Amino acid sequence: MCKTEIKTYSGAPVDYGEVMRYAGAKKTDADLKTLIDDCLTECEKENAVNFAVCFTETPVTVKNDETDLSVFTLKSKNLATALFGAESALIFACTIGIGIDRLIKKYTEIDPVRALVLQALGAERVETFIEVFIKDYEKTRGVKLSPRFSAGYGDLPLDAQKDIFGLLNPQKNLGLTLNDSLMMSPSKSVTAFAAINGDRVNDKCGCENCGKNDCGYRR
Amino acid sequence: MDIRTFLKNNIVVLDGATGTELYKAGLKVGEMPERWNITHAQTLIGLHKAYYDAGSNVVSANTFGANSMHFNDAELEEVIAAAIRNVKAARDLSAGTQEKFVAADIGPTGKLLEPFGDLAFEEAVGVFAKTIKLCAKYGAEIIFIQTMNDSYETKAAVIAAKENCDLPIFVSNAYGKNGKLMTGATPAAMSTMLEGLGVTAVGVNCSYGPDDLMGVADELSECSSLPVIFMPNAGIPKNENGKAVYDLSAADFAEGVKKAVMRGARIVGGCCGTTPEYIRLLSQAVKDIPAKEITPKRLTRISSYSHEVRFGFKPVVIGERINPTGKKRFRQALVENDNGYILKEGVAQAESGAEVLDVNVGIPDIDEKTVLPEIVAGLQAVIDLPLQIDSSDAVAMERAVRLYNGKPLVNSVSGKKASMETVFPIVKKYGGAVIALTLDESGIPETAQGRLEIALNILKQAEKYGVNKEDIIFDTLCMTVSANPFAAQVTLDALKLIKEKTGCKTSLGVSNVSFGLPDRESLNAAFLTLALGNGLDMAIINPFSAPVMKSVKAFSALTGKDANFTEYISFAAKNEIAAAPTPPAHTGEVDGLKTAIIKGLKDQAADSVKKLLECTEPLAVINEEIIPALDTVGKGYEEKKVYLPQLLMSAEAAKAAFEIIKERSAAKTGSVKCDFVLATVFGDIHDIGKNIVKLLLENYGFNVIDLGKDVPPEKILDEVVKRRAPLLGLSALMTTTVPAMEKTVALVKSRAPWCKVVVGGAVLTEEYANKMGADKYAKDAMETVRYADGVFNGSIG
Repeated sequence: MCKTEIKTYSGAPVDYGEVMRYAGAKKTDADLKTLIDDCLTECEKENAVNFAVCFTETPVTVKNDETDLSVFTLKSKNLATALFGAESALIFACTIGIGIDRLIKKYTEIDPVRALVLQALGAERVETFIEVFIKDYEKTRGVKLSPRFSAGYGDLPLDAQKDIFGLLNPQKNLGLTLNDSLMMSPSKSVTAFAAINGDRVNDKCGCENCGKNDCGYRR
Repeated sequence: MDIRTFLKNNIVVLDGATGTELYKAGLKVGEMPERWNITHAQTLIGLHKAYYDAGSNVVSANTFGANSMHFNDAELEEVIAAAIRNVKAARDLSAGTQEKFVAADIGPTGKLLEPFGDLAFEEAVGVFAKTIKLCAKYGAEIIFIQTMNDSYETKAAVIAAKENCDLPIFVSNAYGKNGKLMTGATPAAMSTMLEGLGVTAVGVNCSYGPDDLMGVADELSECSSLPVIFMPNAGIPKNENGKAVYDLSAADFAEGVKKAVMRGARIVGGCCGTTPEYIRLLSQAVKDIPAKEITPKRLTRISSYSHEVRFGFKPVVIGERINPTGKKRFRQALVENDNGYILKEGVAQAESGAEVLDVNVGIPDIDEKTVLPEIVAGLQAVIDLPLQIDSSDAVAMERAVRLYNGKPLVNSVSGKKASMETVFPIVKKYGGAVIALTLDESGIPETAQGRLEIALNILKQAEKYGVNKEDIIFDTLCMTVSANPFAAQVTLDALKLIKEKTGCKTSLGVSNVSFGLPDRESLNAAFLTLALGNGLDMAIINPFSAPVMKSVKAFSALTGKDANFTEYISFAAKNEIAAAPTPPAHTGEVDGLKTAIIKGLKDQAADSVKKLLECTEPLAVINEEIIPALDTVGKGYEEKKVYLPQLLMSAEAAKAAFEIIKERSAAKTGSVKCDFVLATVFGDIHDIGKNIVKLLLENYGFNVIDLGKDVPPEKILDEVVKRRAPLLGLSALMTTTVPAMEKTVALVKSRAPWCKVVVGGAVLTEEYANKMGADKYAKDAMETVRYADGVFNGSIG
């Protein structure tokens, strides 16, 4: 079988507002915008942002708080809710690569402000490219996807990462690896589930969907 | 027959995919294919036999993932024994009359190596060593390292192979669409490192079909003196009704591989999606092509994790600044483990045009055996220039060279017997190039002829150790002219003579020549021009010295080594900017250090502090200017009037001011309060918040020991105990890592009860913090500083 597909995307425009939000800055900070642009130029020069995603579709059956994804089963009320009503789910792993980690490490030592902006930019890049991938997926397959759901959200333990890695083999496909602590390397990477045509496809994504109203990163 | 002999005159045909074939036979996703060696031996034997029948000279055993990351010792041995047994059985059964070999397939661990992942280099060597030892024990005839997309992991595997068997080593890597490895290496960089390490063949496999990988194979053939391996996929997988289908037919694939053979590839086969049919057609397609002779390239080159640097084409600048000799501030940085300072020196040299960095940390007050490898690891993580490992301590040198990610330049060996006996084995084992000083037990000869004789002896000895001539670079030793007016001339004569007679490349440390004379830079630059004219290939110099850099650029421009004068023009443009009188950066803002820090103006802060120090005591500058400025910014941040980036910019400006105070008052600022150990807890890799806390604490005079992110509780405890640190700060950003924080707090509280623990991070609350037994919850960096100050001055008990 081995039906994991790999895709790469490039050239998605930067959402400055999001970068500033991740950096904890005021949205109108003109100096910071210049710095973001400067970081972008450096990322381009160093070829430090290379978005690649590997993904597969799998049949899904939800029973109470158990989600049977045919390749493995996960116990999580929140995941069950997220995938409810769908006959199949998209599972994907993606990364913008190790280049940005190198730059962040370098500037953490020699220019912390730049390191902060690169961190924020890396986060924005991976999120933006995921949106591009999701839209492309919906369009080419003629489906609707629910907001994505990742290991560590709600009651879904990080252990689910092991199952996802076993299924998608992102080590080989993307050079994306899982640490003993279940964190990923390179760091600007995401794995997630999304229901295909499930009950949740019209739910809002992100902050609006979250109960933590006092979060510093809330939009 | 040994494969190495067979390779001399033949094209070697490898096998095709194993994994994709096993999935067809019913292997489940998530199941370890290597277990099938035992449970489905007949399937494996059948597949291997089909490849031998199709014409494969080499069939790889099903050991790609057979390593201690996936199997315990007992099962690992069983799985490997069965894997090799199966291939041997297939070889016996096959009616094919070609030469047949059995290879062990060594795949990646699936982990990324430190510092970007969590697998230590030596751990990786250990994992591969176990597998390779077993493969050799059960009769593998080739160690075939495949599909790795990281140069560092590849090096770990090759070292493990060299240390645990005498088998020929094939290495083929998985290159991306950009023609580089995932971690950045070009094919030329890989071939430099691997050829240095002494492998038998280098190449490319997986990722794409033949056409997309042709460029990689061409680049390898151009620069490598080794046979090139070419093992592409059957094109690109497409999803057809839920099944992965590769888009190249067997015939098209064979045609594509044939093209590569015509261009020089010598060892060919298939990766994902190829079957015995693909190999049968491939084998037929290449059968009548005469094996192209592989010419030795005789390049003198070194490499980093990303690229190679070749010597002998145009002058190469080796930056000499990472060296404590005569530099008080640098020595202090070494003693204090201030790696950031050293890194900055490296980055600045790279920006000034250095192409290689010399790394020397030899001072008596530190343990060079530990520090040199650490500094090398730190530099190679973030700077893409090759390094020159400069040490007179053989242990330090070996450790640094071993964990160096690429082919290093070793500095240095001399004509002394003891030196050659120590250094050459290191160079041979780890595949470096080495600077050879033309001196021996009787000193430095006063004539060029005398130095040539030493050079010839060094070459003779190098050969005995198996070190290639092109990896020896002669340094004819630049002496001080003020002590002997003819010293420079002898050095130049020796340079020319040795280059002529040996054909080896040459190097010089230039700055010595002017010692004791005024305007040293002019002398250095003139001497360098003369040396370059006499055939110097590389110079160990200060890249911050404009006259010296001008000499290098001008020489290249004048001798046809700088096509279209691109380098000269861009260098000149840069210099003009630097030479122009600098306009005041922020006109109208002359009101001092405090303002500069509040506004986050680094350069202005540095200038102001210099002025202030002319008439004010350092301590007064700190207490009356820097601290009040930081307090103002900190307060603004707490009141949400100042945002995070501004807070950081101010902290950076303050740091720049502190740096100058430190330089001026040489080590004694009188402002260090106490140790503060800081870490992001195990399982969490978010360290922005932690880094901000660090910066501010340093501003306020704490000696911060930053253990980094993803740090196990035991490591944190060890550091607290070792230093009897009065303060520990822990950060966690995710709910999932709060338990790790709890564990750390509990451990520290029970074993180091004197230590006050302050915790912070997005998901924490005061309530959480109290529950886990922390002494303090700090909502941001400023609150941490205020708490730490309180503990230090005794107002918080």
